[in-house]
Amino acid sequence: MKARVFITLKPGVLDPQGKAIHHALEGLGFSGVNDVRAGKLIELDLAESTSDGDIEEMCRKLLANTVIENFRIERLEQVA
Amino acid sequence: MNSAVIVFPGSNCDRDLAVALEQVIGRKPTMVWHQDSALPDGTDFIAIPGGFSYGDYLRSGAMAARSPITRAVKDAAARGVPVLGVCNGFQVLTEAGMLPGALMRNAGLNFVCRPVPLEVENSRSLFTSRYDAGETVVFPVAHHDGNYQADEATLDRLEGEGRVAFRYLDQVNGSARAIAGIVNDAGNVLGMMPHPERALEPAHGNTDGRRLFEGLLETVAA
Repeated sequence: MKARVFITLKPGVLDPQGKAIHHALEGLGFSGVNDVRAGKLIELDLAESTSDGDIEEMCRKLLANTVIENFRIERLEQVA
Repeated sequence: MNSAVIVFPGSNCDRDLAVALEQVIGRKPTMVWHQDSALPDGTDFIAIPGGFSYGDYLRSGAMAARSPITRAVKDAAARGVPVLGVCNGFQVLTEAGMLPGALMRNAGLNFVCRPVPLEVENSRSLFTSRYDAGETVVFPVAHHDGNYQADEATLDRLEGEGRVAFRYLDQVNGSARAIAGIVNDAGNVLGMMPHPERALEPAHGNTDGRRLFEGLLETVAA
């Protein structure tokens, strides 16, 4: 079973990297970009028995720093 | 004083700290590897050095904060053993939940490496007893992720309880309220981005950092 964990900065937390990407996009002539926030995607290959609770605990204990980051878990259906 | 310096893969200021401690205390610290699960018996001071533990993978300090020795450091801190985390050490302490807040990428996105003036905000802590409150000292900084952030309530609490040990006098990295170093609520854990161990002898440019270790020695020995 595979799962994806999306880690994003909490709203209101300053994102200097997102800001730099935003400036670079503007520098390339892309207009109409209102804001950019950069995050992380972590792909997990897990035993079938892994519960949602287990994945959430992984996020809380290591994958995300919940002081500044939110996380979202997406389980991927097994492709036959 | 029996001191210990924790060494992670990627630590690079462990020897600087060891030299500083030996100079001030007169005894070599024990270098403790990250996979050890216990500190030497009788350890009465622990230093977590700067560097790039585990290559800063995931987040600066994130891996080191979950390594076996960090559990032992947490237990020792809970018993009141003084712990100093410098630079990456500060990042490890926040990641381990031993200090509040987080250290994010510098606001200017650049690695900042220069001596910076700091104000000693609180001279009552066991780390700053040899300084005067409001005094200006100069310590070098060398970091990419030194932008201290916490929610407003936490920042108010840190300030209200006198737990801001050092503040930047210049704009350095975008830290909330110019915070450069904080102590925990018990007062025995200090995390700071600037490097006091790199301001120890005249050849370093100044000796402002020396008093931090002298004050600590005095308190621990007392």
